[in-house]
Amino acid sequence: MEIVYEYVKKRSEFGRPCNFSDRPADLHLDIQPDAELAACFFALDSRDVGMQCAADMSEHEVNTERIESESRGINHVEGGWPNNVNPQEIEHTMRFRKKVEKDENYIKAILKLGTQMEYSIKQNNTIDIYEEYFEEEQVEEEEMTDAKEQPAAKTINVFRDPNEVKRTASSLSWHPDGNHKLAVGYSCLEFQRAAKGMSFDSYIWDIENRNQPELTLKPVSPLVSLEYNPKDSHILLGGSYNGQIAYWDTRKGGQPVEMSAIEHSHRDPVYKVIWLQSKTGTDAFSTSTDGQVLWWDIRNMKEPTERLVLDPSKKENLENALTAVSLEFETTMPTKFMVGTEQGLVVACNRKAKTPAEKIVCTYSGHRGPIYALQRNPFFPKYFLTVADWTARIWSEDIRESSIMSTTFDMAYLMDGCWSPVRPSVFFTVKMDGTVDVWDFLFKQNNPTLSLKVCDEALCSVRVQSNGRLLACGSQLGTATLLEISPGLYTMQRNERALANEMFERETRREKILEARLREIRLKERSRLEQVKEEEVQDAEGEESPEELIARAEKEFFQIVEAEIMKWKKELDSIRPTEMD
Amino acid sequence: MAEVEETLKRIQSQKGVQGIIIINAEGIPIKSTLDNSSTVQYAGLLHQLVMKTRSTVRDLDPQNDLTFLRVRSKKNEIMIAPDKDYFLIVIQNPSD
Repeated sequence: MEIVYEYVKKRSEFGRPCNFSDRPADLHLDIQPDAELAACFFALDSRDVGMQCAADMSEHEVNTERIESESRGINHVEGGWPNNVNPQEIEHTMRFRKKVEKDENYIKAILKLGTQMEYSIKQNNTIDIYEEYFEEEQVEEEEMTDAKEQPAAKTINVFRDPNEVKRTASSLSWHPDGNHKLAVGYSCLEFQRAAKGMSFDSYIWDIENRNQPELTLKPVSPLVSLEYNPKDSHILLGGSYNGQIAYWDTRKGGQPVEMSAIEHSHRDPVYKVIWLQSKTGTDAFSTSTDGQVLWWDIRNMKEPTERLVLDPSKKENLENALTAVSLEFETTMPTKFMVGTEQGLVVACNRKAKTPAEKIVCTYSGHRGPIYALQRNPFFPKYFLTVADWTARIWSEDIRESSIMSTTFDMAYLMDGCWSPVRPSVFFTVKMDGTVDVWDFLFKQNNPTLSLKVCDEALCSVRVQSNGRLLACGSQLGTATLLEISPGLYTMQRNERALANEMFERETRREKILEARLREIRLKERSRLEQVKEEEVQDAEGEESPEELIARAEKEFFQIVEAEIMKWKKELDSIRPTEMD
Repeated sequence: MAEVEETLKRIQSQKGVQGIIIINAEGIPIKSTLDNSSTVQYAGLLHQLVMKTRSTVRDLDPQNDLTFLRVRSKKNEIMIAPDKDYFLIVIQNPSD
């Protein structure tokens, strides 16, 4: 049985032809003018109208579209053969060639050219006409021109925060091998100023592509510090604003692989995390302004493996603890590390100490503000750089009271700094007015060798790439700028290491001598004071109690006042007789 | 014919000569001592170079003309002797 659906419609209702017809106009409505309404208005027969005889202009915005480029290859085939010859057929080409060789012109031409060519060849063989006669001089010239060459830096690329609400690029980390990726951690460091819609994401940028980040990291809270694992370039560790530490694996995407338990984390933003040198490559330590330094093993993030409270009185009292904002660790000295505090002290600690009291070895004082950056010189680990308040200082480990070298006080507050990994005397600092300073201490000490204004807002972080050529700096509005510095600043000069070493040693010696001198003076003062005290003890009657001292002072004061009044009266009296006259 | 062969053999026997190519005005290699792919590559590229050089010289001074072209590079030297209809190209490694 066939299943059939029947659909019926009248033929007359299908597409009936339209039948148009004419009919006269039909008046539907006629509204007469109302005289009463007209009374409400009166006619103005002359009016002031402004006119301008100017061309009509309209505003258009044009933005060139980004060109999308594609790589394509072209396949070349042999050409130039005359029509009758097929280049694929060897027979044809051979025949053609043979024909040409029999041509008279050919023979003549080749003979002539042959003699010409032989001359040149023989010439080449007899003497090297392009020989460099004065090679050493040329090299010297190059060096001289290099030295005269102005140190300069060029902006190569700028990476802007893609979000609407701009956050500070608070930390930068270069990819450990290849150096073609930059991880930037974004957060809002101003207290309670984080805007509502602020995104928490941080990005990994490929330095070639500045339009889109390569990977977005999505933490629970904005990342204040971010570091690549120097051993495993896929792992990144981030310290966040709420005190937690998290680590990412770039192969697994943007979500953190694991986060530390919030009860055991820091209670303040984690200002610095650093990876440690260990066999497993999974150890790291972190510090924050809550006064603690915590050690972690990223395989077990529930609890820190070790904890240190930065209490200078060595009693592990969190109330007294110094609040830390920077951390320093050098892989060549795995047991020592240094912490830079908000109070302006640098605390050197020993990790392997048995008791917590011995952990803190010594403190270096001398800065007036929080120490934002702390780094040992990669060539001479005994000396380290601190960046704080309005200066950057270089310290020697042995001298505790003061720095051995310091930059002059700058107009703007210094926010971050780092050594150049290829030259022992060059370091970089960034300031709140948006300038990057390159200091070459062997060349000039009271001024930066190069000072470059990168942007109008404050620059908050700076990192050099491991080849010393590229510098990334992050600003308050989230733009990370990539600068390339001139070759003079990243090529080591002749015996620079020796010179830098000499300079540091010389300054250390100077400080030592100054310290010794100060100590001498202090000793002398002390011995003098003791002598004076002995004398005072001998005439004890001369001692006055505080009240007697006050009474004596009052009496003296009133005596002086009265004496003055008498003097003025005498003067007035002497003037008045003349006035009356 | 035999003189041509003799000339080419003489050139080939000079010190440092790596290869000889003869190309005609259209860039077709007539004779070559190198393998086919290199020949084709040299012929195509150098033909354009000679054309460009010649037109440059003549643009600068219409009464001037290109007589010889030497391209010295790190590894060797390419010498091109141009004629009205043919070019003789020799690649030499100047041993210094």
